[in-house]
Amino acid sequence: MSESETQSNQSRNQQDLPVVLIHRLSIFNFSFSTRLQTHFTLVDPLLHSPEPDSIHSFLSRHATSVSALLCVGPSPITSQTLSLLPSLQIVVGTSAGIDHVDLIECRRRGIIVTNAGHAFSEDVADYALALLIDVLRRVSASDRFGRSGMWPKYGTYPVGSKLGGKRVGIVGLGSIGSEVAKRLVAFGCSIAYTSRKKNPAISYPFYANVCDLATNSDVLIVCCALTDETRHMINKDVMTALGKEGVIINVGRGSLIDEKELVQFLVQGELGGAGLDVFEKEPDVPKELFTLDNVVLSPHLAVLTPESFAALQEVILGNLMAFFTNKPLLSQVQLE
Amino acid sequence: MESIGVLIVCPMNTYLEQELEKRFNLFKFWNFPDKTQFLNTHKNSIRAVVGNATAGADAELIEALPKLEIVASFSVGLDKVDLGKCKEKGIRVTNTPDVLTEDVADLAIGLSLAVLRRLCESDRYVRSGKWKKGDYKLTTKFTGKTVGIIGLGRIGMAIAKRAEAFSCPISYYSRTEKADLKYKYYPSVVELASNCHILIVACPLTEETRHIINREVIDALGPKGVLINIGRGPHVDEPELVSALVEGRLGGAGLDVFEHEPYVPEELFGLENVVLTPHVGSGTVETRKEMADLVLGNLEAHFLNKPLITPVV
Repeated sequence: MSESETQSNQSRNQQDLPVVLIHRLSIFNFSFSTRLQTHFTLVDPLLHSPEPDSIHSFLSRHATSVSALLCVGPSPITSQTLSLLPSLQIVVGTSAGIDHVDLIECRRRGIIVTNAGHAFSEDVADYALALLIDVLRRVSASDRFGRSGMWPKYGTYPVGSKLGGKRVGIVGLGSIGSEVAKRLVAFGCSIAYTSRKKNPAISYPFYANVCDLATNSDVLIVCCALTDETRHMINKDVMTALGKEGVIINVGRGSLIDEKELVQFLVQGELGGAGLDVFEKEPDVPKELFTLDNVVLSPHLAVLTPESFAALQEVILGNLMAFFTNKPLLSQVQLE
Repeated sequence: MESIGVLIVCPMNTYLEQELEKRFNLFKFWNFPDKTQFLNTHKNSIRAVVGNATAGADAELIEALPKLEIVASFSVGLDKVDLGKCKEKGIRVTNTPDVLTEDVADLAIGLSLAVLRRLCESDRYVRSGKWKKGDYKLTTKFTGKTVGIIGLGRIGMAIAKRAEAFSCPISYYSRTEKADLKYKYYPSVVELASNCHILIVACPLTEETRHIINREVIDALGPKGVLINIGRGPHVDEPELVSALVEGRLGGAGLDVFEHEPYVPEELFGLENVVLTPHVGSGTVETRKEMADLVLGNLEAHFLNKPLITPVV
């Protein structure tokens, strides 16, 4: 199609369907445009002008009346970007975490932010369990052992640690944390948690601070949101409180843990093990972890199943449709 | 009891060996290169055999030990003990049920998750240093998938309970249908395999269940199906399984046991939809100690003329 035909198509569409601006880094592909295009006109600056500098000029020329923005993956939304969108009313996120969005600026401007809601909770909970069983029972480590032909040579593989009876402390008992707890109960684990505030409807023991939780746990599973308050909440004191046999599973955000300290603790044998799907500076992973058998590493893919993506599409579609028809949103995040 | 001869057939647990040494006159079979000569020399002092999943007491060994009174297995499976021969000769047999049920069930679920979510493959990928931002691959969700269990005994039931927490519909095959169960029963393994996504082997190994997973069952499970074996290697026709996996006719497998342990078919080493663990089903510090204590307890009870704790024969 020629440039003028595309533009006239666009202006025809703009009269019919509400406009949604797609905001993404070029490394993140946007795979559910087909579904959304039946309801909205999608404007993706990267399709017009892939250079980062020209995206800003594109926005200032074309997007001044845009009220809705779809943020693909953890593409950062800075106050600079927001300043180019004076009519913006809603940011629709595609992840559970929204730490990549300038929430202070959104709050100041009264911009609503929605996230993936419950779309990923089951898959992330499954993954937390997968990591925990792997660390305790050395699944990946013994798989490596078997594949390298070492079994006939060495006879047996060292024993692991039993999951049943372990005291598991869940850091953040939201949608994901609750699904994790529900699964762990079936394995004979006892559950306790810490959260911003105690939930009176939940009968698991509550600890107001994570250090006390760690003192009374054998395992910590980190599944809370990353905010200024929670950054590095799993620090040296918490790891010391958890103890030498303690295991940490992180399916939240890398920066919830003081990664430098974690590596030291693991390398020096001051912590029993760790299962990590997220890291402070993805895709960089501390190389000291590569030789440890009591650690399981994964490249931030706890949510990556076709089912999660399908559920996410429903949430995105639902949020956008609700926004444009003034109905209640599916997964609005309270900005404090 | 220090004069009672006990033969332990292979290395299995340091704590168990130390405790046996304290209480009995312990013979470690692997220290005697000439087994025939050893048996001839000591046959009249050996009154107990301690075996495990790898080696037990077959007809030949039983015949060679005329004073044998009890076989205590450091395992729940007794496929390595000639139970018929023991019954015939009035030899008692004990195993280690219940104490290892949870660990084995935990591993069955752990293997299912590791296969479906490609956990070991992801770990390899990160350790290779090749992770680039934006790289991703979709894997298969575990929650909600149908789980078929062969053998609904202690271990099978424990697996079902765990899978239910992931909202997995449970179905099973057993020698007889169990009353009052909310799980769906199938009268044949092929039908079970046709109707589930993840098939888990959790029954004892007997003449009837040898190669219970054969070509027909593997075909029924299909290119999206996953087989988990925490039973015994000979439950599965291993060459058929290997070719099905290599050719993509089976979706994946999580295997803790193999037909010829410690040998694992090398064709499996390069497959990312397979997880291989070296028979670690009961392999935790906590459980191995409980198993050892049960073996010691059974032997002590026998030689003190008290009721055995966990007799099978």
